[in-house]
Amino acid sequence: MTASAAGAETGAGAERSVRTSRRGGARQAGSPGLAFTLLALAVLLVVSVTAGLAIGSVRVPPGQVWGIVSHALGFGWSTPDWSGARETIVLDVRAPRVLLGAVAGAGLAVVGTALQALIRNLLAEPYLLGVSSGASLGAVAVIVGGVNVLGQVSLSAAAFAGALGALALVYATARTGGRITSSRLVLSGVAIAAVLTAILDLLLLTTDRGNEARAVLAWTLGGLGGVNWSTLWLPGAALLLGIGVLMIQARNLNLLLAGEEAATTMGLDVARFRARMFVLLSLVTGVLVAAAGPIGFVGLILPHIVRLVVGGDHRRVLPTAALGGAVFLIWADIAARVVAAPTEIPVGVLTALCGGPFFLWLLRRDARRSTDRGES
Amino acid sequence: MTGASGTELVVDGVSLIAGAHRLVEDVSLTARTGEVVGLVGPNGSGKSSLLRAVYRVLRPASGRVDVDGADVWSMSARRLARTVAAVVQEPNAGFDLTVREVVAMGRTPHKRLLDGDTLEDDALIRSALAEVNATGLAHRPFDQLSGGERQRVLIARALAQQPSLLVLDEPTNHLDIRHQLDVLGALRRLSATVLVALHDLNLAAYYCDRLYVLLDGEVTASGPPAEVLTPELLASVYSVATEVTVHPRTGAPQVTFLPTST
Repeated sequence: MTASAAGAETGAGAERSVRTSRRGGARQAGSPGLAFTLLALAVLLVVSVTAGLAIGSVRVPPGQVWGIVSHALGFGWSTPDWSGARETIVLDVRAPRVLLGAVAGAGLAVVGTALQALIRNLLAEPYLLGVSSGASLGAVAVIVGGVNVLGQVSLSAAAFAGALGALALVYATARTGGRITSSRLVLSGVAIAAVLTAILDLLLLTTDRGNEARAVLAWTLGGLGGVNWSTLWLPGAALLLGIGVLMIQARNLNLLLAGEEAATTMGLDVARFRARMFVLLSLVTGVLVAAAGPIGFVGLILPHIVRLVVGGDHRRVLPTAALGGAVFLIWADIAARVVAAPTEIPVGVLTALCGGPFFLWLLRRDARRSTDRGES
Repeated sequence: MTGASGTELVVDGVSLIAGAHRLVEDVSLTARTGEVVGLVGPNGSGKSSLLRAVYRVLRPASGRVDVDGADVWSMSARRLARTVAAVVQEPNAGFDLTVREVVAMGRTPHKRLLDGDTLEDDALIRSALAEVNATGLAHRPFDQLSGGERQRVLIARALAQQPSLLVLDEPTNHLDIRHQLDVLGALRRLSATVLVALHDLNLAAYYCDRLYVLLDGEVTASGPPAEVLTPELLASVYSVATEVTVHPRTGAPQVTFLPTST
């Protein structure tokens, strides 16, 4: 700042500070700016869900989609003039799938946001760090081992354990002298993901349950197909728990952005907080991976775009990223169903197609910034 | 600026060890209520380590750090953070936070988890920014600031914490002369007790009530600047020849470094 600017500050202090405080207020949680963004995204989410229910091999007009949905919800304003087949397609085939897409998209975006703050690195993302691979391995071990007594719950529990193990391993490997550099983070993530995936492949190739192995192989590409109403509750519950706890901890997530020592001096027990949050994030990731397979890059792309729009305060980023992630994955899944119809592409392949280049761009930008600051 | 009045810091026989390396050996230090106490010494003499023990990041191998008679390790990080704030040397990325949001972090130890920012918080944040002449930076992205601007914002964040003991590690690094004087002047005006590590001996001499000189992790001298800053001591600590005079206008000791001849 120049001396004259500083002088003006003290001179026109009163007027300036009033203006400053108003604009300062505009970026706080619950302000019209954030409310508008969230409202717009909520409207977009409704539109996206409608599109997700309407688009596919059998096209259902949006009006009819609404008729079917409102009828099923018990509102009497629509008279059923549609075939039973269409009702089945919308309510039993597409609706669970669209909802799982929304839940998984929101969950992955929120997990990515929190992970970036906890590891203090903007390249952190569950898929890139091998956390999703750990979850996959856990789930597959249960399937192949045939100990799947509790169905979805044991699958999710094993995925949770795998995710937590992988996250702890990557974190321990990447951390040197209290710091985590991007290169070490990405390298250890890649290495650990490679090992875990290799073990997973080994399990699938050597199992005598051939049919299950093929089904699992498709699942490891990340897809929303094959979901039904009875398996939707667990991802839904995990998402609500995750968002709820993270929103409560939003201030503490902000503190971590200041650095670990600084966060401690502002009252955060960093080690304990991070351990607890790792467990929570592994839980959400594990349950989502068990339901939808490992879907990459949602947790990388969404937080970045959202921060550009609403800034870095987690009280603003988390809800925005959740809604944005839901919208994003619903559309990615629509695209997965449509681009190569009648063949369906796993949605994970599509998100990787968008996310890979985005990641490379971030990596380059990150490297440039480090050079600017004279860091290695 | 700070609502709370100063507090008393007593560092008693503290030794700090990292691995097999001894960082600080049996250091005792006091900062009485409202005092500005300076920590000087060459690079690697243990200044930063000692400060880290005071703001409860480094646990002493022996000895204790008391703030108003209570061992800092007997209380939670959160409780201590309501009394002690620090400006640390640590690489930090802003993740798209604005300056105001960074300063608002300082309010966290006074907040419960779901509390929003109140008008009082807003006022504290603004006066903290004004204290370091950074009002105009409030809405700038923290990541885009220069080194000196960042440093001032971090000091504002510490002030927003309303500490009664403020610990600063080389707060004038990266600052141009004008802002060095501004920042140290602001520290002088605080009613809080201040413990500050400084490189510049002349600034330390002018702004500090008392100095502690660290060398190889031990206190080699302490007392008012005029007693501590002697050519003999500076020669033994820094291995440089100096001339120390009393400045006619400030009345503070003035250290002139003499180039090594031959």
